Amino acid sequence: MTQTFPKGEIKAISGRSLVIKGNDIDTDRIIPARFLKCVSFSALGEQVFADDRKELNGNHPFDLDQNKGSNILVVNDNFGCGSSREHAPQALMRWGIRLIIGESFAEIFFGNCLALGIPCMTSSKQEITKLQNLVNGNPNQIWDFNLEELSISNQKESFVLDLEGGAFKMLYSGKWDATSQLLDAEEKINNTVKNLPYLNNFK
Amino acid sequence: MSSGTLYDKVWNFHQVKELPGGSTQLFVGLHLIHEVTSPQAFSALNEKNLEVKFPELTVATVDHIVPTVNQQRPFSDPLAEEMLATLEKNCKTHGIKFHGIGSNSQGVVHVMAPELGLTQPGMTVACGDSHTSTHGAFGAIAFGIGTSQVRDVLASQSLAMKKLKVRRIWVDGSLQKGVYAKDLILHIIRLLGVKGGVGFAYEFAGPAIEKLSMEGRMTICNMAIEGGARCGYINPDETTFKYLKGKEYSPKGQEWDNAIKWWKSLVSDSEAKFDDEIQLDGSSIEPTVTWGITPGQGISIKEKVPNPEELPKNEQQIAKDACKYMNLEADQPIEGTSIDVCFIGSCTNGRLSDLQEASKIVAGRKVSAGIRAFVVPGSQKVAKEAKRKGIDKIFLTAGFEWREPGCSMCLAMNPDKLEGRQISASSSNRNFKGRQGSANGRTLLMSPAMVAAAAINGKLTDVRKLLQEENYK
Repeated sequence: MTQTFPKGEIKAISGRSLVIKGNDIDTDRIIPARFLKCVSFSALGEQVFADDRKELNGNHPFDLDQNKGSNILVVNDNFGCGSSREHAPQALMRWGIRLIIGESFAEIFFGNCLALGIPCMTSSKQEITKLQNLVNGNPNQIWDFNLEELSISNQKESFVLDLEGGAFKMLYSGKWDATSQLLDAEEKINNTVKNLPYLNNFK
Repeated sequence: MSSGTLYDKVWNFHQVKELPGGSTQLFVGLHLIHEVTSPQAFSALNEKNLEVKFPELTVATVDHIVPTVNQQRPFSDPLAEEMLATLEKNCKTHGIKFHGIGSNSQGVVHVMAPELGLTQPGMTVACGDSHTSTHGAFGAIAFGIGTSQVRDVLASQSLAMKKLKVRRIWVDGSLQKGVYAKDLILHIIRLLGVKGGVGFAYEFAGPAIEKLSMEGRMTICNMAIEGGARCGYINPDETTFKYLKGKEYSPKGQEWDNAIKWWKSLVSDSEAKFDDEIQLDGSSIEPTVTWGITPGQGISIKEKVPNPEELPKNEQQIAKDACKYMNLEADQPIEGTSIDVCFIGSCTNGRLSDLQEASKIVAGRKVSAGIRAFVVPGSQKVAKEAKRKGIDKIFLTAGFEWREPGCSMCLAMNPDKLEGRQISASSSNRNFKGRQGSANGRTLLMSPAMVAAAAINGKLTDVRKLLQEENYK
C-alpha cells in the first residue's frame, strides 16, 4: 500500500485518535537509535516506539487493533524532547500520524513536525486529560480537527487548541515546506554574505 | 524582548529577511554534517534537482556509527558501511570537505570542528544533531536541526527560524576541587528542568563560567539542549582567543587582529536586556549524578534518591517510572550504587582535559573486578595528544580499554552497547530509557572523573574521596 504524506494547505484532518500517556517522552523512545542506521526514512513506520512496544507485548497503543488506521495522536508534556533526529516525526508519520495534540512539545521536534506538515497543537493539562479519557473510552470515535477554528471535535464535545502564529500561517497557507521560499531570496542571501566579516577575511 | 546581547547581535548579522509566516530567514555560517541525518537530505536535494549553494561552508565527518575497536574498511556492519559510503559519495559529488577515518581530523562532530578552529565567535552554526549547542561555547549561535532543515541549509545556506528569548544564567564563585563543568550543568538542568529552556537561548555568564577552560565551556553549552534550550552560549574572552590562536582554520596575521576586534564587539553589552535572569552560586555545587531517566533527575553524590511522593505533583509520575526502571528505592543513598559498565567519552566529555582529569583518579589504581571500563577519545587529535602525554597508558595499566574515536556508547549506534539490565556510569549526556543500546539498560550521568572513581570502586563514589587519598600518597 502506498502512503500519501501531507501536501499543501493543512486546514482539516479527520480520523480516529490514540493516546500515549506520560511527560518527557523522548526521541530515543519514539525511535531507538539502532533504527537510525539507514539512508532512507522508508522503513521507520514499523519501528516507531519499538522498545516500548516490545515491553508491552502487543498491548502498546500502537499495536492495539482498535488503533490501526488512527491518525491523531494525543500526548502529554514536553513530547519529543532529546535528539534532533527527524527520524522521530518521520516514524510517526509513516505509521500514519498526521496530527499531534499535547500539553507541550520540545522545540526541535515541533519544528521537524512542521517541516513535514504535521501540526503539533497544544491545550491545557486538564483539557488534554479529558480528551485522552474520551479517546480511550471510545477509540472508534471520529474526530474532526479544524485549523482555522483551532479546535478538535466530535458531535458532542469540542476542544479549543492552540498553535503559535507563525506555524499556523505556514500550515494554513501550505507554505510549511520552506525550501522554495528560502531559495527565493538569493540576492538577499548574497548581501548577507557580503556583510559577514568572517566570510570576507575580516576586512 | 532581549536587546544588546550577543545573541541579538549575531542574529542581526545573519538575518536575510522576514518570512511571511513571521519567522526569519537566517543565514548559516557553518554547517556541519554527519552520516546519520544527512543522507535523506541529499536524496531530497537530488529529487528537487537542487545544488549545494555554498559547498565550502559545509564540513563533514563520520562519528555516530563508527566502530571503536576495528576501524578497517569495509566496516563489519554493512549498514554502518553503507551510511559512511553514502556520506563519502555525497561529499564528493557536491564538493564538500570530508574529515574521514584515517584523515587525522575525524572525530565526534562537536569535538573535531572546534579543535580545527572551524567554530568561531559570531558565527551561526547548524548541524543535524541536537548537541550542536556545544559550539555556543565560542560565542556562536549554534543549534541542532532536523533533516528537512539540513536539506534547506544545503540548498540555500539558510533556515526559517523564530528568534528565541534570552535567559542569562549567572554563576557566582568558583567550582570546588572535584567539581567540574559537568556537575554545574547537571545542577542547572536539575534546577530549571528539562523543559525550562524551551523557547530560550541560554547565556551562561559570571565568574564561575569565566574561570572555565574552553573544554569546560563546551561541556556546559553541549547540555543546554538537555535543559530544553536549543541554543546555549558564552561570551568570547581571552580564554576563547587563546584557544583559537594558531588553529588550522583560525584567521592569521592582520585578519586575526581584525577578528579579535569584531569578536569583542559581539560580547553582550553591560546594559543588555535579557528576557529572564537567574543567579546561582557555583561554589556550593557538589559532584552531581543522575539517578533517573531524564537529565533533569540529578542529585548530589551526598543525597538520597528522592521519594516521588515528596516531589512537586508534575514530577511524581516520571519519578515513579524512573525508580522502577532504574531499580532504585526512594530514600536510598545514591553513593554506593553498584555499577557494571564505565564509559568515558562523547561530545559532552570526550576531550583531552576530560581524559586527563579522569586519568588522575585512575593513576596507580585498578579497575574493580567485574567492571567493564572503556575510554573513547572524542577525536583523532584528542587520541593522538592523549597518547603523546601517556594518558592511554595510565588507563590501560589500570584495566580500562582504550578505543578509537567516535560517539560510541553515548547512543550505541555502533557495537558498543549495554547488555540486558546493565547499569553504566557514563560521561555522556542522556540517560533516557534504552539510550545506551539495551532496551532496558540503565545510565547514570556524571563527570569523567566521577566515572573513573566508579570504575575503581565498582560503585558510585564521591570523587573527592579519591582526590583526598591522593594527597596522602
